Formats: sequence, C-alpha cells, structure tokens
Amino acid sequence: MRRSRPSVNAGSMADIAFLLLIFFLITTTIQSEAGINRKLPPPKDDIPEGFILKRNLLVIELNSKDEIMINDTIRKLSELKRIAMNFIDNGADCNYCKGAKDAHMSIHPDKAIISLRSNRDTGYDAYINVQNELVGAYRQLRNRESMRLFNISYDELKLQYSKTGEIAIKNKLKTIQEMYPEKISEAELKQ
Amino acid sequence: MSKFKKKKSGELPAISTASLPDIVFMLLFFFMVATVMRENTLMIENRLPVANQVEKLDKKNLVMYIYAGKPSSRYSSSAGTQARIQLNDKFANIEDIAPFVLAERAAKREEEIPFLITALKVDGETNMGLVGDIKKELREVQALKINYTTRIGDASDNLK
Repeated sequence: MRRSRPSVNAGSMADIAFLLLIFFLITTTIQSEAGINRKLPPPKDDIPEGFILKRNLLVIELNSKDEIMINDTIRKLSELKRIAMNFIDNGADCNYCKGAKDAHMSIHPDKAIISLRSNRDTGYDAYINVQNELVGAYRQLRNRESMRLFNISYDELKLQYSKTGEIAIKNKLKTIQEMYPEKISEAELKQ
Repeated sequence: MSKFKKKKSGELPAISTASLPDIVFMLLFFFMVATVMRENTLMIENRLPVANQVEKLDKKNLVMYIYAGKPSSRYSSSAGTQARIQLNDKFANIEDIAPFVLAERAAKREEEIPFLITALKVDGETNMGLVGDIKKELREVQALKINYTTRIGDASDNLK
C-alpha cells in the first residue's frame, strides 16, 4: 500500500492574499502628478514699465476677496479667457492674427504682455484659476495656428514630440511658440 | 468489487476555488506595482486646486517638492494654524528653501541640473503671500522652472 504524503493545506492562501490585497488597495494613492508649468523670471529682471505701450499691456489684478479686475473693471472668471484671447490676438500689426485690430489693444502677440498682480491675501485657488484660464487662452490660439499651418493641433504635436523626439516636430512647436509667446509677467506681490 | 463504488450521480459538482488564490495574487501584484509610496509624510492639509490646462509631470527623479498649507489637526497644537511650508518631513521657514534647493541640486548629476523642476504642492486655501515668498526665494537660487501641481478637473470646482 502506498503511503500518502500529507499535503499542506492551501485553503488559507486565498485569505492571506486577500489580506495583502486589501492592504495595498487602501494604501495606494495614485499620485496626481500634473500641473501648470511656469517659468519664473530671473532675479531682478522685472519688465521696465516705461518701454511698454499701454495698449500692449493687459493688467489683471486679484484682490484680497478673490475678485478679478481687468484694466480697472471687475470681471468674472468665465469672461477672462475670451478677454485674454481678444487681447493677445488683436494684432493690429500682425498678418496671422484673427482679432478685431482694435486701436486700444495689442499690436502683435509678441508685444502683448499680460501682467498678473495679486494681493498677499489672495487665495491660491483663485490664482490658479486665473493662470489656468490664461494658459487656456494661449493654448487655444496655438492650436488654431497649428491647425492652419500643419493641419495638426498643437497638443497633438506636443504629444508626438514627447513620444518620438524628432527635430522636425520640435521646429514646428517652436514656430508656433514664436507666433504666440506666453508673456505673463508677475510683478512682486502687493502688500 | 465494490471497492470503486461510484458516488451517487446527480449531485452538482462543487465549483473549484483552486484558482482563486491565483486571481487574487494577480490583483495583488498589480497593486503592488502600481502603488507609489509617498516619499513624504504630509504634515499639512493638502487639497490641491483644480485646473484643466495641465501638463503631465514625468521624470519623477528630476522633481523636488515644496508643500505648503495649514498644519493638519494633529500638528496644529504645536505648529499653529497659519499656513506653513513643509520640506521633506518637517516644517520649514522661508529661509530654509534656498538651502533645500541647493542640497537637492547637489544630490543630482551635473547634466541633470538644468532640467530640475520644483513642484509647488500648495493647498487651495493658502494665501498668495506665502506662495509669492516661496517664488521669490526660488528666483534667488535660480530654480526658475516651477510647476503648480493641481488636480485635473473643471476649474469651476474651485469656486465654492
């Protein structure tokens, strides 16, 4: 008669694995690693006020109650993107802009500067909201020009570049960036 | 002989659960691989604001983190209720940022230094005063590439 070897009972294996699984499920925090990229100006390099025409400057102020003031009138956040786009794309002296060519707004996207001023008591939420809208405005304009020139959106180009790293795509990106350079100046905070 | 007597047929055979551990292990491995352990224990509240025009932050090893926000309830008795900065695992003051950035830089290879990004993980309810101070310090040490880390979503969620 063959002697049967005692086998380890594997019935509790599932329980152990479940325990571990639940532990990892709970401790997992899929981190939110996305945000708005910005480049700070080098120290002691604020844009000299005297050389900028008033029409080339869009002053956005955030006060301590998180209200948005654009060129001295209080505006809603939802209007901000449109105002910014109209201002950047006005292009009185620019052959690819589709703006109104208003005599009181920017001459060229290259000259148009958005000055964002905030108060010490402004909330960070409100500040990010404004930044978000401004980035959105630039992005929409860039996408439009990219569609016109290369028949592909700017976002799509960026995605392709991060995948392939081709120089040709980089040059295309650069062309668009030069057409609509992001010029957002943040003066030192108001006390 | 009746040695191999058959069981009564007609009963439903039990479903085998032998493959259950395999399935659970598969899930377990997935979560173990996908889990990113937090490098820093947060001592502050960190409800990031929401934005939709975001860019992904890859190359995690080239990112240094600066946290800011109100101390969480465990620490509010010792650290107060004003918004504070957290670097690594401890509360810090404004003047600690410059040494922190320099130390982070020193730990990286020289060719990586120009690509370093500072991620600002700031609680939505912080005042811009603190953020402005942080940015001023970063400018002083030439850490100019920054990222306002946000959650992805509709910006109107910020206005409550």
